[in-house]
Amino acid sequence: MVSDQEILKVTDLYKKFPITKGALLKKEVGSVNAVNGINLTLNESETLGLVGESGCGKSTAGRAILRLLEPTSGKVEFEGTDITTLSRGEMVPMRSRMQMIFQDPFSSLNPRHTVGSIIGAPYEVQGIKPAGGVKNAVRETMERVGLNPEHFNRYPNEFSGGQRQRIGIARAVTLRPKFIVCDEPVSALDVSIQAQVINLLQDLQDEFGIAYLFVAHDLSVVRQISDRVAVMYLGHIVEQASRDDLYTHPYHPYTHALLSAVPVPDPKVEAQRERIVLRGDLPSPINLPSGCVFSTRCWQAQDKCHTDVPELQDMGNGHKVACHFPIMEFLGNSLIIGPDSGMTEQPDRVVPPPSEVLQSLQGGRATRPKGIDYAEGEEPI
Amino acid sequence: MTFLSVSDLQVSFSTEDGTVKAVDGVSFNVERGKTLAIVGESGSGKSVTSQAIMALHTGRGTTVTGRIELDGIDIVTASEEKLRSMRGNEMAMIFQDPFSSLHPFYKIGSQLAEAVHAHHKVSKKEAKAEALRMLNKVGISNPEQRLEDYPHQLSGGMRQRVMIAMALINGPELLIADEPTTALDVTVQAQILELLAELQAEFNTAIILITHDLGIVADMADEIVVMYGGRIVEKAGLHDLFYKPQMPYTVGLLSSVPRLDSAGNRLLSIGGQPPSLINLPTGCVFNPRCAAKNPEIAPRCESERPDLREVGENQFVRCHLDDEQREKFATTRLEEVFGGE
Repeated sequence: MVSDQEILKVTDLYKKFPITKGALLKKEVGSVNAVNGINLTLNESETLGLVGESGCGKSTAGRAILRLLEPTSGKVEFEGTDITTLSRGEMVPMRSRMQMIFQDPFSSLNPRHTVGSIIGAPYEVQGIKPAGGVKNAVRETMERVGLNPEHFNRYPNEFSGGQRQRIGIARAVTLRPKFIVCDEPVSALDVSIQAQVINLLQDLQDEFGIAYLFVAHDLSVVRQISDRVAVMYLGHIVEQASRDDLYTHPYHPYTHALLSAVPVPDPKVEAQRERIVLRGDLPSPINLPSGCVFSTRCWQAQDKCHTDVPELQDMGNGHKVACHFPIMEFLGNSLIIGPDSGMTEQPDRVVPPPSEVLQSLQGGRATRPKGIDYAEGEEPI
Repeated sequence: MTFLSVSDLQVSFSTEDGTVKAVDGVSFNVERGKTLAIVGESGSGKSVTSQAIMALHTGRGTTVTGRIELDGIDIVTASEEKLRSMRGNEMAMIFQDPFSSLHPFYKIGSQLAEAVHAHHKVSKKEAKAEALRMLNKVGISNPEQRLEDYPHQLSGGMRQRVMIAMALINGPELLIADEPTTALDVTVQAQILELLAELQAEFNTAIILITHDLGIVADMADEIVVMYGGRIVEKAGLHDLFYKPQMPYTVGLLSSVPRLDSAGNRLLSIGGQPPSLINLPTGCVFNPRCAAKNPEIAPRCESERPDLREVGENQFVRCHLDDEQREKFATTRLEEVFGGE
């Protein structure tokens, strides 16, 4: 159950990595703009999926929010406190309330520590003495995440990938935090194990009321677990909506392209789908494109897109999109389907965007153009 | 005549901990212009099978038995010289990781040209022209310039395109793609899959696609082999596998994968872990994790290895359950997840 209580508010978060030149003076000659002014909110017990391709800044954003990386600017308010202004010492008690689960279950566990000491470490760091002793508390947590408590004294190398990920999860939930950043927690796991871990994360959320920031590239997994989803591209959030709105009625061309690219395990559906193949590669985050960051690869970019930066605007129902010409076509069952399938005609829009918003959009295009390809001769950057 | 026929393939490695039978009695056929997908989790033997077809298991302590016939030539018994002339020419392979499969010290152009020189007596100029033609074909922009680039100057998607260009430069009739898109982003994956399908249509190549992603399988495959614990547990045509899965493991996979087009129902995960190949369970290799096992049949599942038997037209399954029990299990499971699809 998602509550109305806002637990996290991220305002205008930037993270730049400076590029320096020279051995002594370290002159700054540029910067990698990994996260460029993102805004997020997260309620108690809510899961926000943060999706995007590699290099879009989603992991950096997750780490900057926890201050594992120092944000360049912006505010991160956690339970009302702006944590970006806290000193290192002041951060320590905050960390018991906010945790992280890492992608790689092999490199995120110290091979020389036993499982018991890995999972019990948060008690030691925070100086908390649980009732009944650390050992009992750890065993209880182990049992809760589906590990055998008798394996308390084993080392990480004695476990399989899925079990290691459970150890990482156990460590994160030891102190029953309110907020966890999950950075690709299932992408390194086998298919049959992925489902186990996804189910476990959902159960823990229900039981302890944890809010997740779920960073992932797999849109199917994100749909499974998230309440709301934000799509990132080159350090910007280009679209943000409730799960069903985003998957059934995406406005941003990039979201369309992403959704159309994910294969669905259903041959009949696959045979009818139309794929938007983006030409070219991701532009470098050192020299961001002017105007809309997606304009270099967008098949419907116009002059305006190359010069004016689109603001994230609310299309109604909290569905926000940063695009000058959002796509108004309803996608029905979340799939981009070919023109001949007879499925492109959909009855009513689930989320009718307010007519005022529609009118304010200059010549908002009503449909997605067919034959999604770069215009001949146009060289993608 | 069957183009590629693998029969009773066995691959075992002797290790300090004992002999590992990585592939045990695998048989399948692939025709020209068709795609066979091999699906399985880590340790299921899918990659080892494909490496055996390329005759890459040459290390000490490795035994390969059975028959692998490619266009009438048995690869298992062929001489190394013969194999060398076949690799890259009649059969080629694309690996998962485009970052480590190109040589970092050589330019793209010379690596591509080398692949031509290895099999054809041509001048440098001709080889270069061939390299250029292939780069064009795989959709790399500015191919002339790219020939002079080193691998690190290319993005992951471009490197994978170069790998595909290199694999196809001599027009092989068999292409083995081992997780060709796992290291790539979805939008790049879509490009690469589209490219593979186009090239297959053009060259009439037989493709063996190794993957764990059932979405890719649904998109690309004609026939599917599901592997578990070194064995084939189900073999079926595309539609049969997705709409009439027989093996409880296949059903488990289908009901545990989150789908882009369905939201929210709890996933039915397969409990437990994939088996260790050194210490395989007795009886059916899948039995410790099988949700379809009932008390009546359990003793048999736990003691007797089931054979692969035909249960429908060109559909094979390795399971002790009878037709009715399997069907009931599959329907109830899939309905629970996908709501009666």
